[in-house]
Amino acid sequence: MEFEPVIGLEIHAQLLTQTKIFCGCSTSFGAPANTQGCPVCLGLPGALPVLNRAAVELGLRAAVALGCRVESTSIFARKNYFYPDLPKGYQISQYELPLATGGHLTLPDSDIDIGITRIHLEEDAGKSVHEGYLDSDRKTYLDFNRSGVPLIEIVTEPDMRSSADAKAFFVALREILVALAVNDGNMEEGSLRCDANVSIRPDGQSALGVKAEVKNLNSFRFLERALDHEIARQHEVLSSGGRVIQETRLWDAGADRTAAMRSKEEAPDYRYFPEPDLPPLRITEAWVDEVRRSVPELPAATRDRLRAKYGLTRDQAEQVTQIRPGLAPYFEELVEASAPARAAINWTLGELTRKLNDEQTDEVGVIRERISPESLSRLIVLVERGTISGTVAKDVFEKMYVEGESAEAIVERDGLAQIDDANALSGTVREVLSQHADAVEQYRSGKRGALGFLVGQVMKATQGKANPKVVDKLLREAIDG
Amino acid sequence: MAQTLIEVRDAVVTGATTASNVCAEYLDRIAAVDGTLHAFNHVMRERALKRAAAIDRSRAGDDPRPLLGVPIAVKDNLCTRGVPTTASSRILEHFVPPYDATAVSRLEAAGAIVLGKTNCDEFAMGSSNENSAFGPVGNPWDPTRSPGGSSGGSAAAVAARLAPGALGSDTGGSIRQPAALCGVVGLKPTYGRVSRYGLLAFASSLDQVGPLTLTVRDAALLLEVVAGPDPFDSTAADAKVPSYTETLDGDLRGVRLGVPAALLEAGVDPEVERVFGATVDAFRAAGATVSDVALPHAHCAIPTYYLIANAEASSNLARYDGVRYTNRAKLDAPSATLMTMYNRTRSEGFGAEVKRRIMLGTYALSAGYYDAYYLKAQQVRTLIRRDYDQVLDNVNAVLLPTSPVPAFTLGEKVDDPLQMYLLDIFTVSANLAGLPAISFPAGFTQGGLPVGAQLVGRAFDEPGILRIADGYERITNWWKKAPVV
Ligand SMILES: [Zn+2]
Repeated sequence: MEFEPVIGLEIHAQLLTQTKIFCGCSTSFGAPANTQGCPVCLGLPGALPVLNRAAVELGLRAAVALGCRVESTSIFARKNYFYPDLPKGYQISQYELPLATGGHLTLPDSDIDIGITRIHLEEDAGKSVHEGYLDSDRKTYLDFNRSGVPLIEIVTEPDMRSSADAKAFFVALREILVALAVNDGNMEEGSLRCDANVSIRPDGQSALGVKAEVKNLNSFRFLERALDHEIARQHEVLSSGGRVIQETRLWDAGADRTAAMRSKEEAPDYRYFPEPDLPPLRITEAWVDEVRRSVPELPAATRDRLRAKYGLTRDQAEQVTQIRPGLAPYFEELVEASAPARAAINWTLGELTRKLNDEQTDEVGVIRERISPESLSRLIVLVERGTISGTVAKDVFEKMYVEGESAEAIVERDGLAQIDDANALSGTVREVLSQHADAVEQYRSGKRGALGFLVGQVMKATQGKANPKVVDKLLREAIDG
Repeated sequence: MAQTLIEVRDAVVTGATTASNVCAEYLDRIAAVDGTLHAFNHVMRERALKRAAAIDRSRAGDDPRPLLGVPIAVKDNLCTRGVPTTASSRILEHFVPPYDATAVSRLEAAGAIVLGKTNCDEFAMGSSNENSAFGPVGNPWDPTRSPGGSSGGSAAAVAARLAPGALGSDTGGSIRQPAALCGVVGLKPTYGRVSRYGLLAFASSLDQVGPLTLTVRDAALLLEVVAGPDPFDSTAADAKVPSYTETLDGDLRGVRLGVPAALLEAGVDPEVERVFGATVDAFRAAGATVSDVALPHAHCAIPTYYLIANAEASSNLARYDGVRYTNRAKLDAPSATLMTMYNRTRSEGFGAEVKRRIMLGTYALSAGYYDAYYLKAQQVRTLIRRDYDQVLDNVNAVLLPTSPVPAFTLGEKVDDPLQMYLLDIFTVSANLAGLPAISFPAGFTQGGLPVGAQLVGRAFDEPGILRIADGYERITNWWKKAPVV
């Protein structure tokens, strides 16, 4: 019998606020343990939460971008459970009335539509540190810096039918959240995390099978592998006449398998109830409209537009919109400032990207603050006009970045302008010809490639400043008479 | 000697005495009698004297601070920076908060001096003060009797003139019932009127901080200082704080009061009934009209209250887990599990009543029971609130006894939790409805024990109930009779 997998995802995304969701503590990552805490996020007796509007704003951005209906009233609820890194003994989350419901995301280059069931706001817990200390074999340390960092949980409908669908969804969602500046997309630091609900059912059956929840899928690769394994496992269970039981399973990347964590019966009863310390969250239509206006174009739409407007290839459009949200705008500003689109995209994906890699950053602003698109466009124009060669232009770009000078100033100061003047070059051409009589002979005897060598020698003698076209012409004239 | 909070303040302001002298007098009195009463868990002697001296040094000629040099006792479930705050629980025996509750910082900003932390039922759970891990409080009128609870220490301290005013907290009557049993004034403000920031939560949707004083005017002043919006408490109301003392004109003519006669049939001690009858007569004689009003859901108030309060408490008390600032049970085996640590810590750290309520509350929120208990209780709560709204459309306030009984003997009811819960019959509704309520001295039993009466007003109509209670106080002046300690 053939089986069809049915997959739904639950994604936790840390919101890029400056401060935590219910207090004024910093959310920055990597600070020394327990240096970002206060009575509220440490759960001290008597402390009370106060909602950070910036977290709501970011949640709304995600909701609007995913086409959700924003609830005019949503309610915070307590999810009660004991764990040492959960300082209050409950997590403030949303349960019955979430921030937003009923959205969708269309997978790129397909017409598969994945429903978004809900988006809700909640706080993160602290971190239990089980290793890295001398006495880690006996002790667990706690770091509360992360306690109270704002999250949204995005829950999808069980609309995915393969691990590839699930991966494509997670990739597309991540791209949107990053483009919205809602989340930094960093899965290694845990700021974007994914759990999956997986079941399989015989082809043609509409009722859902019994699902397993697979946790800890914190990379695209893990998500795909874990789902493949889990689908295969359930397939094997059913094929051999067994029954899938409802349970939570943990993806073990080291062992490359999922392992049972707890069954439905062992699942904790979280005893959700409305959080009495926070009034209902009211969101006006005006606020939603304002957010809607501020939401930037999403990457998929940007790609379509860039291809149509500037004639970019699919590859180029993808590269310029991926990972670094500032890249596409920079490219467009280059073109606006008079650089030809073809040259502009080559610079954006070439030198600009190389520089960002060197600086190990995704912040295009790092370049922008030293070389504005307007300034770079003038450099590109110098190349287009033949004033400088492409090779020289790369050096000029480097100098612009270091010194913050304009392209023209650097070219002028360092005498980098291309030598077009035949008179100025004729001496050097004569010298090269006399020094390399053997190459001249080879050329005359039909080895056309020898001419390239001679051009190279002239370029070398002029430190790259000679206009190679002029040199080529002068050499032919001299040799062919 | 100055007795009331305002008398003390005026004596300091006029220079008749100094803040240091006043403070020393109260501290000496505490030292003399609190061995018997045990109203305080912690007396801040050095700190209070230092602060009093600082006030005397720094005060300008016409210092406008409304509580200048007034010593105040603070219930031990309000955080005081650098001073132990235990909520009378073993589990918080060694907890010293790094911050002040908003109500406490407002007291100090107004020139008050915190004298110490008063004894109470553990985590404010109780009506007799016998649930304190550090032993009960004696009633100043008869130390073998209970002062009521949970703010028993605050009420006893004010009654015994160990402080001219105190802060308490009231979740189901915890300010008003001890005020009644000790013969002082106790006010539970409208929910949201006083910030709860720094109040160790028992039941977040019911808790309010409020004053206990000798006179109604003192309560008005103390409330004026601590009330108001607070950016640290999202449930604190934005409404402006009126001048509560200014509305006290003593005029009871035309005041309309409603008495829920059917509710009183539930069983009231004959002496309380007699005193309450006399109170109604006194109001009438002063020009008020008193009519019978119906609160049809009032009989559901106790079960409703105990479901909601315990459910919230079961969650609020989860943070006392042995991980960070609480006591942690000593575990003999190094292999002990996390669960063992939790179990032992909480078994040893919490008293019997607290454990009982955590278990009841956990049960009420459990899957499969939530709808039948917690949700149902919330629905009844809405009905109770609606009853009051309707009644208060027609009368200025509801008048009823504060407690069905006068002060009872310590040990008499402690083994019967249900009987103890029933003592809250007249107080819990105001919390469920979020309404302001004041208990004020209404007379004495033949045995010489104080009896209190209570006014419940419209939301944020503290001026209304204070004005009525003050009018009654001017006629009767019961507060002037002090217990001999
Ligand atoms: Zn904090």
